[in-house]
Amino acid sequence: MTRTNPLTCSTALSRAASVPIVLALILVSSLSWASAIEPYDFANDVEEARFQALSKELRCTVCQNQSLADSDAPLAQDLRRELYEMIRAGRADMEIRQFMVDRYGEFVLYRPPIASHTLLLWAGPFIMLVIGIGIGLFTIKRRRQAL
Amino acid sequence: MIRMLVPLGIFLALVIMLVAGLDTAEERKLVASPLIDKPVPEFTLPGLFDSNAERSSSDFLGQPWILNVWGSWCWACRVEHPFVERLGREAGIPLVGFNWKDERTDALEWLDRYGDAWTAHVVDFEGRSAIDLGVYGAPETFLIDHRGIIRHKHIGPIDQTVFDDLMRRIMALRSETEAS
Repeated sequence: MTRTNPLTCSTALSRAASVPIVLALILVSSLSWASAIEPYDFANDVEEARFQALSKELRCTVCQNQSLADSDAPLAQDLRRELYEMIRAGRADMEIRQFMVDRYGEFVLYRPPIASHTLLLWAGPFIMLVIGIGIGLFTIKRRRQAL
Repeated sequence: MIRMLVPLGIFLALVIMLVAGLDTAEERKLVASPLIDKPVPEFTLPGLFDSNAERSSSDFLGQPWILNVWGSWCWACRVEHPFVERLGREAGIPLVGFNWKDERTDALEWLDRYGDAWTAHVVDFEGRSAIDLGVYGAPETFLIDHRGIIRHKHIGPIDQTVFDDLMRRIMALRSETEAS
């Protein structure tokens, strides 16, 4: 059995075997150790930054609470490869997001789009805030009247 | 007095909602495929026994067919295997084994040990076609109609209940084909 189960969820952290290595990694760079990313060569810093940003905002469907950047699952590796190739091919961020949504659904987006079916999600906190302020004002007014 | 009970009421309502949410926690992990009712993504992949024996998704047009994603590393595939074998015998339509992210020797060994349930085999060791199919777990079972449209997808092992459901859907697809 030479293959790892593609559905295995492990983080870069759990893979790192020994404590000294982990500590050394923390010292060297607090950024690179957070992601299980293969060394990809980019043409420029912009491409690399886009790769980093997109792999952080796309969810790994295998390890559902990890982003593509965090996950060490083989499927996440495949998707990072796909992401890398699309960036190198000059595809726009929107196109890449759409590519993932077409295959895995909107669930892969950590930042859901603003649309009619997500309106409550986006507006919800503000609606609650308005209700809260309303109740607050109402209570204050009534207490003032009671005095 | 009644006003003091309001926070308690809200708290209890919250508890009830959270407990009810626990029931559907497993279901929520299943990602509904956006590919349902869409054409099956084109693929041409090598065979398992003979890598030169390529099969394409378009080879199966004109009849309903089943695409079953598996791998020798996948323990749940062993669990569902008896039902996959029954599908191969009873469904009366092509049952294509889609070997995903595996090694040829491992896959062939697995077939030797557990039996070959499929009527055709394709392999996707790199996982590129699997991404087009939105595969994220194995086993996964797709039902595709005679026009090449994905009509149903089951994620996870097939058990008796799922098998019965799949057979019902397959029979419906078969009669749809005959009617057209």
